[in-house]
Amino acid sequence: MTSKTASIYDWVDERLGLTELAAFARHKTVPVHAQSFWYYWGGISLFLFLVQCFTGVLLLVYYHPGADAYESVRQITFVMHFGWLIRSAHSWSANLMIFSILVHMFSVYFMKAYRKPREFGWLSGMALLGIASVFGFSGYLLPMDDLSYFATKVGLQIPAAIPWIGPIIGNMLRGGLEVNEFTVQRFFALHVVVLPALFLPLLGFHLWLVQRHGNAMPPAEEAKSILQRKTMPFFPNFLRKDLAMWLIALNILALLSSVFPWSLGKQADMLVPAPQGIHPEWYFMSPFEMLKLLGSFMPGEAGEIAGLLIFTLGIALWVLIPFYDANKASGRRARNAHYFGLIAVFALLATTAIGYWTIR
Amino acid sequence: MSQVLNIPPIVKETAEPGDQASRRAFLVSAGAAGLCYTAALAYPIYRYLASPEEMESSATAVTEVTLKDAQKIPSGSVLMFKFGTAPAMLIHHEDGRWIALTAVCTHLGCTVQYEPQADRIHCGCHGGVYNAYTGANVSGPPPKPLKLFKVAVNETGVNVSRT
Repeated sequence: MTSKTASIYDWVDERLGLTELAAFARHKTVPVHAQSFWYYWGGISLFLFLVQCFTGVLLLVYYHPGADAYESVRQITFVMHFGWLIRSAHSWSANLMIFSILVHMFSVYFMKAYRKPREFGWLSGMALLGIASVFGFSGYLLPMDDLSYFATKVGLQIPAAIPWIGPIIGNMLRGGLEVNEFTVQRFFALHVVVLPALFLPLLGFHLWLVQRHGNAMPPAEEAKSILQRKTMPFFPNFLRKDLAMWLIALNILALLSSVFPWSLGKQADMLVPAPQGIHPEWYFMSPFEMLKLLGSFMPGEAGEIAGLLIFTLGIALWVLIPFYDANKASGRRARNAHYFGLIAVFALLATTAIGYWTIR
Repeated sequence: MSQVLNIPPIVKETAEPGDQASRRAFLVSAGAAGLCYTAALAYPIYRYLASPEEMESSATAVTEVTLKDAQKIPSGSVLMFKFGTAPAMLIHHEDGRWIALTAVCTHLGCTVQYEPQADRIHCGCHGGVYNAYTGANVSGPPPKPLKLFKVAVNETGVNVSRT
């Protein structure tokens, strides 16, 4: 380093503490073992979220909420150069992001990375997944084509089925009795202002916790002595691999969005009957199908309420798992949590499969 | 986990001349590939954002505008219209003369106003004044005159064209 750059470095270092940061990065390590592959999925989710921010702002440049919503999306898709690609990337990346968050969640679950002291990591992660699914639901309406119209109409029946306050919640979300331009306007506000304002600080918290506690190891690794464990430096080794994963994710996204461009249906019209085989996005298929199945066992309002109750209970158990299976001494509880996880995966896959099977 | 025992030491190999050359070639090709990749990402985004500008560029190619029934405007009054994408004005003077000029102030681009009492063109933003017959900048900050158009009045309307 020449004395000039050295003195600039010193000037910045004195104010921002670069040396401490470099020392911190040098000492940070990532465990290496058979399950290390799963460590990348949080990073992939983060990358896809960044893609969502970027492509979302690009769509914001031409999108009009309210009564012109459909026309503006039509213009983005068919008139603006590469507008179809930007929109397609936003939709594909949304789906890939939910997918990678789910992979991340299940890998955390089965590696028991929610245990002490990582309870807040698990809870904030669940909240992030919840917000991500509301992102998905609200974003789905914004083009205001026939599919998004009916999907939203059907989706809002679920909160509306809550006893007593359900109808009020439904009308609050819709902005009236029907899905219309008021609904688009408030879903838009939710999608681009409210949800990012909730998501970003939570994401910061989640990432800070990862820094604070480091990567969790699966129980099989923790059983080994420190001398038997392998690690790699975070900087630059793990970061380089992480970025390589981001590049792979970007390439897959580019391929999917250009080869399978996202379609735009006909303009939403409540007087036109719903298209055949209408169904929710794949990540809502399972809860949708569970409610439907319970409805067929217990018809009527009782079934709806029972369905919501069971569903809420299942999610509550899932969220509270770190307090049940709290540490490596959990023993029988650890096994139970593992089986509960397997049942959850099976139930999700099975109901999703049934859902797709029955709409054909 | 904070149990860190073995940090592999950073190994600095003494590079041989042949290594140096192949390393250089690798870095150059990696840099070129990275640049191509970035360009492939940036190009669609640039074109996407530039779309309205490209749509307007066909409008700026306009060379004449026909203003239907504009011959009916009374003397001492003005008709504002768009010539391509930019505002323009058609003035019917008290003495019966027809003048058309761009209505964009040459100072900082505000739309100018015809004032019939003073028989001048005035810009509300910074007080620029133009001659209402020639478009010449008379006082205030404007550096250049307003451009004149050719005017042809007939019984169905007024035809305004580039000179």
